[in-house]
Formats: sequence, C-alpha cells, structure tokens
Amino acid sequence: MDKQTMKSGRPNLTVDIGGLVLKNPVMPASGTFGYGEEYAPFLDLNCLGAVVTKGLSLRPKAGNPTPRIAETISGMLNAIGLQNVGVDDFIKFKLPFLREFTTPVIVNFFGNTLEEYGEVAARLSDIPEVTAVELNISCPNVKKGGIVFGTDPKAAHEAVSTVRKQLNKHLMVKLTPNVTDITVIARAVEEAGADSISCINTITGMAVDIKTRRPRLANRTGGLSGPAIRPVALRMVHQVVQAVKIPVIGVGGIVRPMDALEFLIVGARAVQVGTANFVDPASMITIIEGIEQFLLEEGLTDINQLIGSLEL
Amino acid sequence: MKNYKTIILSNQEISPGYYRMRLLTPGFSETARPGQFLMMRVQQSLPPLLRRPFGIFRTGFLPADCEGMPPKEYTEILYKVVGRGTNIMADLHRGDKVEVLGPLGRGFDVGDPSEEKILVGGGIGLVPLYMLAESLASRCKVRLLMGGRTRDDILAVTEFERLGVETYVSTDDGSLGEEGLVTRVLERKLDKYPRSSVYACGPMPMLEAVYRICHRRQVPLQVSLEALMACGVGACLGCVVKGVGHTEESPRYLCSCKQGPVFRADQLDWSRLGEEPGYCEGCKS
Repeated sequence: MDKQTMKSGRPNLTVDIGGLVLKNPVMPASGTFGYGEEYAPFLDLNCLGAVVTKGLSLRPKAGNPTPRIAETISGMLNAIGLQNVGVDDFIKFKLPFLREFTTPVIVNFFGNTLEEYGEVAARLSDIPEVTAVELNISCPNVKKGGIVFGTDPKAAHEAVSTVRKQLNKHLMVKLTPNVTDITVIARAVEEAGADSISCINTITGMAVDIKTRRPRLANRTGGLSGPAIRPVALRMVHQVVQAVKIPVIGVGGIVRPMDALEFLIVGARAVQVGTANFVDPASMITIIEGIEQFLLEEGLTDINQLIGSLEL
Repeated sequence: MKNYKTIILSNQEISPGYYRMRLLTPGFSETARPGQFLMMRVQQSLPPLLRRPFGIFRTGFLPADCEGMPPKEYTEILYKVVGRGTNIMADLHRGDKVEVLGPLGRGFDVGDPSEEKILVGGGIGLVPLYMLAESLASRCKVRLLMGGRTRDDILAVTEFERLGVETYVSTDDGSLGEEGLVTRVLERKLDKYPRSSVYACGPMPMLEAVYRICHRRQVPLQVSLEALMACGVGACLGCVVKGVGHTEESPRYLCSCKQGPVFRADQLDWSRLGEEPGYCEGCKS
C-alpha cells in the first residue's frame, strides 16, 4: 500500500487527463446537468471530478419545437436543439454560481461555422474560472452544405485546429458515434491538437406514435441516450483508446458504478454520466462511492491500476 | 426540494382507472406550495427509465405509531392509469419503496384575498387545485367547477366541500351533475360573479376554451400545464412551451418544470399551444 492509502485507508481516485487533474473520474455529460445550478440542491458539486455545462453557442439559441423528448426501451430520444443562453450571458450570469465551488468547470460549446467555433473559443480562453473546454463537433457546417464537422475527418480537423489557435486551455473534443469508423475521426482531432477525447455523443434515432402515425419528436429524429446505448459506447471507447495516445473520457448509458468501471477497464481515464442524472440526481455520487468500494474490494490502492487493465 | 427514498403508505383505486397514493414524506409539507409537483421513480429496475411527474394533491399528518414518536407526514397524489409507468404504480402496495423528487416548480399565485375565486378542473386536472382551495377557503369565496366525460372522471369533490368550497359538477354524458362541458358552467358563473379570478387545470382543449372565455371578459387566469418531462428541475429543456411573442425567427420558450407548471395566461402564446399534441404525462405514461 502507498502512503496515502495507509493513512486514510481509502484508494486514490485522482486521475490526470493530459494535465487536467481531477479528484475523481466522474463528471456529468453536457446537456444533462444544466449549468450546474439546477442540480446543486440535490448533490454537493464539490464531490464531483468536474462540472460540464450545457453546450454554448456564440449567440443564444432557442432550440427545437416540441415534443423534444420521447422515452424508449432503456433510453430516451432528445431533440432539444441545443437551446442555450449564449456564451456572453453564460459568462455574465451562469459562471459566477460555479465560482463558489472548488470543482473544475469544463465548458461545452459548438458552432455552425469555423468562425463561430473560433470566436467562442477566444471568448472562453481568457476566463480564469473555465478550467477546460469540451468541443462539440456533432453540428452541421452551414457554410459547407451542412456537412457535420464530426463525421468528416477533414472538417473535424479544421474545427479543432481553429479552436486550438484561439485557446490556451485544455481542449477536450466530443465525438459523434454516427460515423462508419470513429478511429479515423479520433486520429484527425488528435493530430489537430486535441488534449483529450470524450465519446460518445448520442446515437441518432427515431420513434413513431402508431396511432397518430407521426414521429414522436417534432424534429422527426433525435439523439438516443441512456442504458440502451452503453454497449455501443463501450465498443467505441475501446476502439478510440487503441487508436490514439491522448486520454479518452467514456460516455454513454452509465447508470451504475459497474457501468463506469467497464469504461475505466477498457481504458477511459474518466467517465461522464448523462441520462442517469434525470433518473436519480445523486447518481454521480453513488457511482463515485461505488468505484471506491470496488477498488477496496479488489485490493487496489489507486484507480490508475484499474484504468486500461482490460485482459485480452 | 430533495429526493426522498421512501415508502408507500397506501395506494387505492378511488374511481375506475383512478388511484390515490399516499407517500411517507417527512418535511415535505413545510415547503410544498399549491400547484407544485413531484417526480416519481416507480421502481429501482428499468423500465421505465425516466421518472413521471405528478401534481401534489395534498399533504397531511397521521398520528405517530407509538407514543413519543413524531406524527407521520404524508403526501398524496391522484393518478390515472394510462401507460407503462402508471400501470406499474397501480400494482404497488403499502410498504413498497419508491423515490420522490420534490416539491418542484412554480405553483399558483394565490392573489388578492378580497377577490372571489373560481377553480376549473377537468378530470385528473383537479389534482393541483386542492391545496390551492385549502389555502384560499378561509380567506375568500371559492367555487370549484369540476368536469369530466363520465361520473368516473369526477374525483374528490366531497373533500373540496369539506373545505367550505362551493362545488358544481358537470359531465359530458350527464351521468353526474349537469350534462355538458365545464366551460358552459364557467360562462354562467362569470355572468353572475364577474369579478372572480380563475385557476384552471385539465386537458389542453379545455384550457384553451377557458382561456378564450377569460380573455374575452378580461378575467385574470392562471393555468397549470402538464408536459412530458425528463428531469423536472430545468436541466434537460425537454418540457418547454411557447411563450407570448413566440415566432419562428425569435422563439420564446418557457420551461414547464421550472418557470411553470403554473403560468399566468398572459405569459403563454395561446395561438400556438393548441398545435402541440395533448402529451400530458398523465395521459401517456
């Protein structure tokens, strides 16, 4: 046993994600935790590895028509349409609340043009309370015929390198699973200067009301999340971990501690919890405690002994 | 507001397809306001994945189990069995474990005690009106207009009467009370008591009709909306409704769970609300 464990009897949960040091590997997935404030009554934000805020754009965005959500078997479809207050109002009205906590703040953002990506990055770059950014590249480029940045290695590379030039913080890039080979995109964003990769974003899906014969979402299609997507997410995280040298953060259907442990074992340096926050607002706390308990049971003193320990 | 890991004290069918569930919720009534709701997790295993929103019907106290113990504080919800979630709930019994997040949302503004109040409830939409009646009945004249398709949809009217509320029942088929729509009764009552303010909850077509009547007569109206929700705390933005001044170019969405579920009628874009499918969670879960 190392000194810290002998002293406290508790395993070390600290992880280092390419220089971004977190006291434990658990954080919310963007879009499921608001701006942090919404969930503060239900759990101590200081207990989390990081807070990841709802995706921001250069200007406020109103989002899609309703209905925006539909429950499916072990999952939910959403087409919120990235409704958000915009980067300037976030800095002015939402960020001060998070200043009261010691937990690192990771700010998720997106753009519809390369210029927008660069501009938002520039505005966040000088804000000391922003520890890191997470780049959502699952958006269409309106200037390039609507091709989704994250589905084309060249477009993904351009978006990441544009942001990289404007940003002097840790740059996490969130990948979409709606591609033929996720490792191609992963290598492109690594080459463009990403410090870490989070994956996966939601899987595009659809549901129909058989009585009205209309799509259950006004947007017709939406992103599937929840336990239904976990095996797909785990497979993709495994592939990305093999393909790149930068750290990977696992996301997709994590509800219980054992789900998070699966991702850590295949090599994710940390995990994000999304839909589970809706089911149980304290689920991240349960997951952190469960990870610690598992390490104790397995006789491990440090979470890093578990990360990437997959036996093949 | 907090997440209660609690147990069911009772769960009984009160009318065909309608249930009353009583939950142990210490500390709940200190914070619960008329018109607020809770999110219920019906079982630990999946499905259903998401919680279901339910209006709070009432809170109260039961005598302690033994001397020296504090009285047991409870919260009641009424629900209609309509889908997977509520079917599971109907099979639960005393002592079964559930999780309850609440109280959530913005409730009714009880308004000026010198004004008379008319409450309009359609079917299960009666639920959030009980605590409102409770807080109003000692201060001003309260009338409840309760409508439903048949007598089976008329719930808990005697409980309102016990508070001193004047009640008027109407059913579409005339199987209980007056035959016809509750909105016809509303017109008549507003003819007689034009200075009343109105509070309504029920299916969207009823709310639209109530809105048109109140708007024409310039009577203040508050409505409680039901919406499909995932989180209930303003994080997912799944439950938004269109606010007044909403256009395609400059959309104005209001969050039902956080800025509602109760809205002043003049906050909402009524020309657009009817375009939404009637997706009240009570009806589809």
